[in-house]
Amino acid sequence: MLAQIEGSRAVARTVACCRPEVVCAYPISPQTHIIEAVGALVKSGELAPCEFINVESEFAAMSVSIGASATGARAYTATASQGLLYMMEAVHNAAGLELPIVMTLANRAIGAPINIWNDHSDAMAASGSGWVQLFAETNQEAVDLHVLAFRLAEELSVPVMVCMDGFVLTHAVEQVDLPEQAQVDAYLPRYRPTQSLDPDDPVSIGAMVGPEAFEEVRYLAHLRQLDALERIPQLAEEFAVTFGRPCAGLLGTYRTDDADTVVVALGSVLGTIKDAVDERRRAGERVGVIGVTTFRPFPAEQVRRALAGTGRVVVVEKAFRAGGGGVLAADIVVAVRDTAAPVHTVVAGLGGRPVTRRSVASMLASAGRGELGVLSFLDLDHDVVERERARVLAGGHGGRAAGSPPRGPAPPSAGPDGGAP
Amino acid sequence: MAAFDEGRYAQAFPSFGSERMGAPVVSYCRIDDHPIRTHEPIDEPDALIVQDATLVHQVDLFRGLSPEAFVLVNTTRSFADLGLAGFAAGFRPDRLRTCPATALALEHLGRPLPNAALLGGFAALTGRITLEALGKAITDRFPGGPGVANLAAARAAYRIVADEGIRPDAGGVVTGAGAD
Repeated sequence: MLAQIEGSRAVARTVACCRPEVVCAYPISPQTHIIEAVGALVKSGELAPCEFINVESEFAAMSVSIGASATGARAYTATASQGLLYMMEAVHNAAGLELPIVMTLANRAIGAPINIWNDHSDAMAASGSGWVQLFAETNQEAVDLHVLAFRLAEELSVPVMVCMDGFVLTHAVEQVDLPEQAQVDAYLPRYRPTQSLDPDDPVSIGAMVGPEAFEEVRYLAHLRQLDALERIPQLAEEFAVTFGRPCAGLLGTYRTDDADTVVVALGSVLGTIKDAVDERRRAGERVGVIGVTTFRPFPAEQVRRALAGTGRVVVVEKAFRAGGGGVLAADIVVAVRDTAAPVHTVVAGLGGRPVTRRSVASMLASAGRGELGVLSFLDLDHDVVERERARVLAGGHGGRAAGSPPRGPAPPSAGPDGGAP
Repeated sequence: MAAFDEGRYAQAFPSFGSERMGAPVVSYCRIDDHPIRTHEPIDEPDALIVQDATLVHQVDLFRGLSPEAFVLVNTTRSFADLGLAGFAAGFRPDRLRTCPATALALEHLGRPLPNAALLGGFAALTGRITLEALGKAITDRFPGGPGVANLAAARAAYRIVADEGIRPDAGGVVTGAGAD
């Protein structure tokens, strides 16, 4: 059913159609609207049977999700940013215990300095956790990927994280074709756990594994991730048959066939990049885009094929490792290692800084002129950085408090974070 | 929602963070005949609605506006009274309007929530959405009494802004203060 609806509410209604039996979450901006809406659906009885469990922290939220999933319940949760970090030990446990939990990550920057706006630092911090990570470009994809996520998780006994850009998608009111309950029921069978804890038939899970077998356990987890690379395109095709619209799978391409330069990115920024690519195409440049939907497991072979024949790769990413470089870019470099195409990393949109079509088009033009560096930062205020560096070199006393900007706050507003821990 | 009901594509999103009550906030809306891909903020709006006229000299509200832009300000005063006569001279007078939306909200809702009234004024000023579609969106979004009251405020604002548009002396500097 077509609806003009906020992304968070669309996801909540879709999650409800997936019939989770336990939802345990702790509110944090910008995830809050999602679990508020799921909670309301539980309270009104529209989502039943389902137990919504209030807890005191994200660590408890993931721990309860683990307990629920281990006893055979379909479990859902959602978080963002520091919330994900706070639950991180349990996040790894959920993967190690092979529990098919589905979690929405409303992507948000990580402090300090505190920032509630969107980037991908939180998702990247979990990129080695053993969870499948799917990135939504639009709210339609966010909705559809949740349905696919439950199916994938339960088939492969692996937890799945659906990443959607905080505020940019979660708070955007847009047209979404909402899945119907009958369609979801046809696509997503009832959860039949491969193992479940039962007091009448007690077993231990997650018990000690020593050096004699730990590597094998990890390797088996890796193989299950590789299985996901096989299974996701099939599930996306099946989704298209059931729902009558295509579903994002491993990756999507846009105008890449004859492209000299291909941009690779994750999430909602792809829409703006596609508009910028159209602009550069009109100027006669052969540019295209690859949107990576499945980031973990990383579809290296599919990316390599999609980039075959490309002269230059530009990875635009909303995260980076200080002292290192891009995270997505590092995977791209490995994927294209047998080609001559240089890989440029462009860090953009940190802490909610808008990524504009104008800036992306300008960056693509400079790439076309061969002027783009290996690692650059979109719309970085170099004057401010130089002044701060000079001040530190001169002795560095006074002026700036640690972790704060070297001039008045740049974001749309400032103030204590009243909306989130 | 009104544009969606009329078969077009629309996108609306807020830009807010951890503001206190009363801090300036901004939100954006795109309406198009084609699917909207971009998610960047709007820095060159075709239309601007100012909910709080006390901001006009504090924040650079009018940056990026073209001379063809529509501007609707929530105030009982005129552009000249707001100290915006010079600003108004750079724009098409038939596209600049004020609307006493907060007063209308107080009258119809009993609370100073001018949003629906301003949308009524926007519909009258720009013609981009019909009053009928706006009314349906308001009552769908706010079922029951609040929807009815907001709809009444939106209709009143629509009439004020629309009537001003056909007055021969309308120069965009005369407020439609009839409801005050």
